[in-house]
Amino acid sequence: MELTLATAIGVLAGSGVWLVLRPRTYQLVIGLSLLSYAVNLFIFSMGRLRVGAAPVLGEGGAGVAADYADPVPQALVLTAIVIGFATTALLLVVLIAARGLTGSDHVDGRESR
Amino acid sequence: MEFYSLSSIIVLPFVAGLAAILLPSDSRTPATWLAGATMAICLVLTLSLYPSVSSGDPIRYRIEWIPSLGLDFTLRMDGLAWIFATLISGIGFLVVVYTRYYISPEDPVRRFYLFFLAFAGSMLGVVLSGNLILLVVFWELTSISSFLLIGYWHHNQAARDGARMALTITAIGGLALLAGVLIIGHIVGSYDLDAVLGSGDAIRTSGLYVPALLLVLLGTLTKSAQFPFHFWLPNAMAAPTPVSAFLHSATMVKAGVFLMARLWPVLSDTHEWFVILGLAGMISLVLGAYLAMFQQDLKGLLAYSTISHLGLITLLLSLGSPLAAVAAIFHMLNHATFKASLFMAAGIIDHEAGTRDLRKLSGLFRFMPITGTLVMVASAAMAGVPLLNGFLSKEMFFAEAVRTHADSWVDTVAPYAAVLGSALAVTYSIRLIHSIFLGVPPESFPRQPHEPPFWMRFPVMFLVVACLVVGIIPGLTVGPFLHVAVSSVLGPETPQYSLAVWHGFTLPLAMSALALAGGALLYLGAGDYLERAERPLLFGRIQGQRIFEQVMVAISWRGARFIEDVFGTRRLQPQMRLLAAAAIAAGALPLAVSGLGFGAHGSGQADFVFAGLWGTGMVCAVAAAHQAKFHRLAALVLLGGTGLVTCMTFIWLSAPDLAATQLVVEIVTTVLILLGLRWLPKRSEALLEPRGILDRARRFRDLAIAVAAGVGMTAISYAVMTRPPPATIADFFIEKAYSDGGGRNVVNVILVDFRGFDTLGEITVLGIVALTVFALLRRFRPAPDNIERPEQQRIQWSSDEQDPDREAGATAADYLYVPSVIMQWMFPVVIVLAAYLFLRGHDAPGGGFAAGVAMAAGFILQYMAGGTVWVEDRLRILPVKWIGGGLLLAALTGAASMLAGKAFLTSYFSYAELPLIGKLPMASATLFDLGVFGLVVGATVLMLIAIAHQSIRRLRAARLEEERQTVEERRRWS
Repeated sequence: MELTLATAIGVLAGSGVWLVLRPRTYQLVIGLSLLSYAVNLFIFSMGRLRVGAAPVLGEGGAGVAADYADPVPQALVLTAIVIGFATTALLLVVLIAARGLTGSDHVDGRESR
Repeated sequence: MEFYSLSSIIVLPFVAGLAAILLPSDSRTPATWLAGATMAICLVLTLSLYPSVSSGDPIRYRIEWIPSLGLDFTLRMDGLAWIFATLISGIGFLVVVYTRYYISPEDPVRRFYLFFLAFAGSMLGVVLSGNLILLVVFWELTSISSFLLIGYWHHNQAARDGARMALTITAIGGLALLAGVLIIGHIVGSYDLDAVLGSGDAIRTSGLYVPALLLVLLGTLTKSAQFPFHFWLPNAMAAPTPVSAFLHSATMVKAGVFLMARLWPVLSDTHEWFVILGLAGMISLVLGAYLAMFQQDLKGLLAYSTISHLGLITLLLSLGSPLAAVAAIFHMLNHATFKASLFMAAGIIDHEAGTRDLRKLSGLFRFMPITGTLVMVASAAMAGVPLLNGFLSKEMFFAEAVRTHADSWVDTVAPYAAVLGSALAVTYSIRLIHSIFLGVPPESFPRQPHEPPFWMRFPVMFLVVACLVVGIIPGLTVGPFLHVAVSSVLGPETPQYSLAVWHGFTLPLAMSALALAGGALLYLGAGDYLERAERPLLFGRIQGQRIFEQVMVAISWRGARFIEDVFGTRRLQPQMRLLAAAAIAAGALPLAVSGLGFGAHGSGQADFVFAGLWGTGMVCAVAAAHQAKFHRLAALVLLGGTGLVTCMTFIWLSAPDLAATQLVVEIVTTVLILLGLRWLPKRSEALLEPRGILDRARRFRDLAIAVAAGVGMTAISYAVMTRPPPATIADFFIEKAYSDGGGRNVVNVILVDFRGFDTLGEITVLGIVALTVFALLRRFRPAPDNIERPEQQRIQWSSDEQDPDREAGATAADYLYVPSVIMQWMFPVVIVLAAYLFLRGHDAPGGGFAAGVAMAAGFILQYMAGGTVWVEDRLRILPVKWIGGGLLLAALTGAASMLAGKAFLTSYFSYAELPLIGKLPMASATLFDLGVFGLVVGATVLMLIAIAHQSIRRLRAARLEEERQTVEERRRWS
């Protein structure tokens, strides 16, 4: 399971980096989304993988920490998901506006020589 | 009392400069009075300090400035500082008197005096500083204020170039000086001048002596315009003449030799000092005089002569003998006197005859006899004619040059160079007198020349009289003051010297005679040639100036272009490549140092379903990467596939909150990108050009970077996951979530309670992003090829038009008819779902974020179902109010706890029994979460509808374009 997830993180990050290095704005949007999946999973995995142990306490709230999943990376990733959404939206709009302004969807705003 | 005088000398010029700029713009006379009075007061204050200074003990005045850095505002006046302060304020006063008649009423006089007084103040600061760092500060101030003064006539290209060159050279020198001073401070352990002057042996024997010396000399030689940095000084003559007179005599170039004299006791008397300064001084002495002969511009001649005379002083200082130091200090004074008068006279000639070109001037003596006489006397002093002050210091110089100081060829050559330099000085002095005042006057001057007003001539007269008096009775006039200055530098080493005019028939006298005769003969022989010379013989082509300009071009143009090409922001891809490579390197470096090991920790399961799930996810990711260029929709769908797998992973691995949020965010992101796709250009695989080898290589390099990043991420995350978790703050949160936060969903409690402040910041960012998106799209102009309707719609319209049974646009209107009805009916359901997610958030998976995005998805569904126009006719959403209200609610909830005397965002909770719904947690954190919810709804909806709204704008743009074309067509036909 660890190996699977680690491989997945690597593949997602690699695909994301590849796309980020490409010249078209749309490739950048998709690439950053893939990168953010990879990074979110990476941060999440820092709390180690637990199956069937959500960080939701039982009735009355009593509990031993070892019985639950680590809530801290989860809280971080939750924030990251929302902020990631916001930045993707912003990037998309900037790219669309730039495309309208320059007529090109190249990341430099003009076709490369 | 003395202390007040001392500090006033520094402070007054700056205050007066600021006052001058506050005067009305036409106040030429008041500004002159102000500046003149300031310089006069400085002079009087300086003179009043003479009794204490002459007693031998310096006056000190000290205020702590930054004591932790050893930086005090220390003023210190000893004999050398006193004589320089007298020179600066005295000549400054004369220059102000002269300026009154020189500067035209059209020139901005207030600005002139502001710069001038600041310049005088900084120069006084340099000589009176008792702390080396403070000295450097004033030193740089002189560079800046001289830059402003040289560029005073900034409409003139030559003035701007000269000013820039002067600043570049002297400021580089100033930075070097700062570095040198820091090294000296490091050696001595203090920047205090007294401490530094007391530790000469420590400095000279230190291993850091050579770098410190090199840096300090770089500063002083650039300032004093010594070879090879001499070229800025002739270019600085584009300054107004009063400025030149001041700059060449008492200030600026004198700052360099002043500092060398100041540090002479601690830095001199070593081989390095001797060779560097000896060479620089000797070359400047001869080369400056040589080039001065060839100048056709009177100010140019004087400027090169200054280089030559400062070379003489530098050479004297290099010798390291106390007698030479006496001669150096004496010559500083003498040079200041005759050079200031000559520059002011040059200004008078320029002013009265309308030119200062030596070729055009001739026979001026019959028009300006008094000025002519004064110039002749001053030139004679410059040439070193007996009975004038220049002669005395030159005799001392010859005497020192002849003596042997060091076993080096530089020392052997020195006397010959001295005689040669002096002979050339005689030649250019004769040329100056002869070509301007003697001979036949030309038929006409640019202006009819006549004597200037008395007070314009007065400063020249005063200084020339000083030359004469000092030259005839040195012992009675300058003697005691010089002695005070010299003994403040040399201390107990002060030698016996005689200032007498006549020492008998000695070798120096013979050298003087030789120089006078040789110079006169040279002029007799080559005078006509010099008058016609376009450029100097021999050294005309080797110019420091040209090298400087080439270096400047290389740095500021070619270098900048190169750096812009490599690191510029015009091209994103190289930057991203650098960034990715740097990130990989930063990640790999610690691993390379300490190695990477894997642990044995694990969840113990090898789940094939999970592996299959991620098999799909990875294929989706790679395929999305592959397809993103030509098949955007496919790439988006594939991206969604990866997103879903991620979402399922969160459920699988005990993170229900993340799964819920990821799911709704996934939906909204997909919709958003779908809406954006419309505005991108068409791109077809069919148009793909064959790739060149370079292109392939580039792609291969990118692939290598991507693979390296992927492998690195895999290795690191696997390494972390296989190690047992350390004790973290997670335990604290799990223990306290219910008892202190009143919630069982620990993640949610962390977000809205424990780390509530972070969340507040985060939702603020979200709001800002949404408003930015909105603002960006308000001014959106689609690219021309996107204005038309999309291809599909055009096909539908044309088929509508062909079919008599259908109205135009009916197909588009009926599009997704059944799903859109379902979507409209689902709206209340989505709202209830959002409410449900929100209410259960504190105890079970859900919460403000997920609920907010779900609610926004409900809104956007309506846009998709009914179209923008339909929705906006029926529903007023006002997302900006949602954003503002949500942020306000969250912040106010936080602030409410402050009313109860608790810290910001401290939460309070209890449970409330609501009819029908049942027991509900009523924590103040829930209110906070409501704020989060409101903001997320507002922000998401704002972004979505801002971009969805563009479809209407597109129509308007297309309509406007059509109308424009119709109008044009009509115009063409009518």
